[in-house]
Amino acid sequence: MRGKFSNAGERILAAIRKFLALIVMVGPTGFWLVLFVFVPLVFVVVISFMQRGDYGVEAGFSLQGYLSVFSALYGKTIGKSLLLALETTALCLLFGYPFAYCMTKAPKKMVSFLVLLIMMPFWVNSVIRIYAWRTLINDNGYLNMLLEALGLNTIHLMRTNGAILLGMVYELLPFAVLPLYNSLEKIDPSLLEAASDLGAKRHRPFLRVVLPLTMPGVFASTIQTFIPCLGLYYICNMMGGGTDLYIGQVIERQFLSEAHNWPFGSALSIILIVLTIVMMKQYTRIGSLEDMA
Amino acid sequence: MADIDAKIQAKKRRNRLLFNSAAITYGSLIYLFLYLPILIVILFSFNTSRMNLTFQGFTFDWWGSMFSNRTLLESFYNSIIVAGASTILSVIIGTLGAVGMYKFEFKLKSVLSNSLYIPIAIPEIVFGISLLMFFSSLHVQTGMVTMIIAHVTFSMPFVLITVRARIAGHDRALEEAAKDLGAGESHTFFRVTLPCIMPGIISGGMLALTLSLDDVIISAFTNGPDAKTLPIKILELSRRGVPPDAYALSTLMIIGTVVIMLSSQLVQNRMLKKRGEETVSP
Repeated sequence: MRGKFSNAGERILAAIRKFLALIVMVGPTGFWLVLFVFVPLVFVVVISFMQRGDYGVEAGFSLQGYLSVFSALYGKTIGKSLLLALETTALCLLFGYPFAYCMTKAPKKMVSFLVLLIMMPFWVNSVIRIYAWRTLINDNGYLNMLLEALGLNTIHLMRTNGAILLGMVYELLPFAVLPLYNSLEKIDPSLLEAASDLGAKRHRPFLRVVLPLTMPGVFASTIQTFIPCLGLYYICNMMGGGTDLYIGQVIERQFLSEAHNWPFGSALSIILIVLTIVMMKQYTRIGSLEDMA
Repeated sequence: MADIDAKIQAKKRRNRLLFNSAAITYGSLIYLFLYLPILIVILFSFNTSRMNLTFQGFTFDWWGSMFSNRTLLESFYNSIIVAGASTILSVIIGTLGAVGMYKFEFKLKSVLSNSLYIPIAIPEIVFGISLLMFFSSLHVQTGMVTMIIAHVTFSMPFVLITVRARIAGHDRALEEAAKDLGAGESHTFFRVTLPCIMPGIISGGMLALTLSLDDVIISAFTNGPDAKTLPIKILELSRRGVPPDAYALSTLMIIGTVVIMLSSQLVQNRMLKKRGEETVSP
């Protein structure tokens, strides 16, 4: 009898201990995510349905934020921003894919160093790197000096949409390369050899074997460039002409500049959130989330 | 036959050589693209002209004057404090979370696991405005503390995921063996589990540090009037022109981070090697 009791007691004690350990270990993560991710996102949703006020927002239900989003003026802004994100993504994939492919052919010992080299520019903050691009691309800058020396026409890039695109590709290329590299590296090289041994022409093994196998990586890169591109407002501010704005700049102005229209800024953000969720949902059908980070 | 074989071999070798040189050229061009602005930053920190347009002449002036530029130095210290504090916090929270999720099965595990990707996936600007509205609705004055909180929120998931990936490859039998030999729960953790996942913790921590130092957008929404990080200060200055002493300070930071990263890489390699030896010779 006694043995049975102490056994049950021990089991309860063990359960309590396990529970406490769980709270101590996983608790902080859960607490942090709920308090600083979920709750603030609920704020965005709620405020997007409220009324505009002197300090950003006022109590009361209103759909004005959403009505402004879908007005002709901002419809154009959103379209333009999506186009910029699309161009940025296409260029990042176009330049990043061959680069990632070259990396997989590098000696194994060098790879971690090559990855480190991609990460290293981040240690100089991106504001100053983007600012330095202005030195390179202004009308009398080194880019035009080079073009002149080569006998080519100079280009006017500074404060144009082309300069914004350049800044975006520069900022996001590293984020495109890493998932591509991860997916390329997983391909068994013997698969390729088998394909070419069986008589597949040169480009065939690539189109038929490599590209389909790396689709999860391509999709992950697309998400990693397309979505951040919509938010990188400071690159638009620094490189662009400032006459017609992109979605990130419009959102920023509702909070940090004179506009102070929180419901409108929140409604615009909801669009970005919905877009992110849709893309992530599509992605999880073909790839795992682990490969994204 | 042998002749044909040799020819095929020679052709293969030539093709490989051709591919390799093309790959190296292309790779170098991409790296050049990534490093071009950094070279400009370093070069123009020695420029005599205040305008960052063309290189006029060589001077060390900015390297001296940066030490008397109070606001610049202050923002630099703020960056270090925010990056240091947020890295330490996210390493602690993330490592505990990763170990807990590895050890225990619980109801909301998959929900928690998927939620980690929310701060990673949503655009930073949305994250920034959500925190701004959250803090100001609660009448919390934004400043260093809110920036540290914000930085932990975006870097902790990265630490957790990195450490979790490291634990996944780790042998549970090691811990059971330690317990069979009489080691207690905490003893097992500190002497067996922790050393095993240390490389993951270090690379997660480095990632957190990198993300924090480079962050612009989230800091832009959570900073305070007297608490700005270096990127935010430079962003403010960029409207009128970034002074070359900011370039000098950035160059100094490049040197500092290269030293830190290389030494952490060395420590990590040594750890991996040591662990490798231990498992080979039981």
